[in-house]
Amino acid sequence: MVNRILVGAHYGLKDWIIQRATAVVMALYTLLFLVVVGAVGPDSFDAWRAVFAHGFMKFATFLFLVSVFYHAWIGIRDIWMDYVKPDGLRLLLMIATATVLVGYAGWAFQILWRI
Amino acid sequence: MAEMAVKKRRPKNLDLPTIRLPLPGILSIIHRISGAALFLLLPFLLWLLQSSLTSPESFAAARAVVGHPLAKIVLLGLIWFYMHHFCAGIRYLLLDLHKGVELEAARLSSKIVFAVSIALTLIIGAKVLW
Repeated sequence: MVNRILVGAHYGLKDWIIQRATAVVMALYTLLFLVVVGAVGPDSFDAWRAVFAHGFMKFATFLFLVSVFYHAWIGIRDIWMDYVKPDGLRLLLMIATATVLVGYAGWAFQILWRI
Repeated sequence: MAEMAVKKRRPKNLDLPTIRLPLPGILSIIHRISGAALFLLLPFLLWLLQSSLTSPESFAAARAVVGHPLAKIVLLGLIWFYMHHFCAGIRYLLLDLHKGVELEAARLSSKIVFAVSIALTLIIGAKVLW
């Protein structure tokens, strides 16, 4: 008898690691951001824009935001799996979550590379 | 089958109002609530980032929104959620590395998370919002 489990979190280990890897990226960026903004003290449009126009900062910010979106996907999906029991509704909420997050990633790219 | 019988007899208490959460439990549920709130506010934050970077006019508009007293309260709460999620997250990473898993250490570290995240919120809020 093939005892194959079609549902359940058999993808758990991969997600567990990604959740922590993205957390480390976000934590490092948070420190970088606080140091940069603290040092530059941008209080005008030009100064604020210059922070993100810098190539490294632009790349780091994008990496941070992509980490946010992936991290949010795993976290929000876990919330749906914990509290939403009807399969159809849960699937709908997961698809909606994934869809907006992919959209946000495109939006974030557009925001940063238009500078 | 014996295992099944044992499982069935496990005590279960899901009467939430009668459960007194210890501090690490409160930290944990705020970690979840703050994560969900930050997710829900993502479009607002992306809009804020976009406006602040597009033109001097939109920068001024974003600054006006951030300067509104009601927005300041929301943003202060947002900063606290971010800082709580950040500090509690670092605590979880350390727990994953088996640092501070004993009861006393875990209680102490959750106190530190609350103290540090609230202090950071007040410092950043004072610098950025007022």
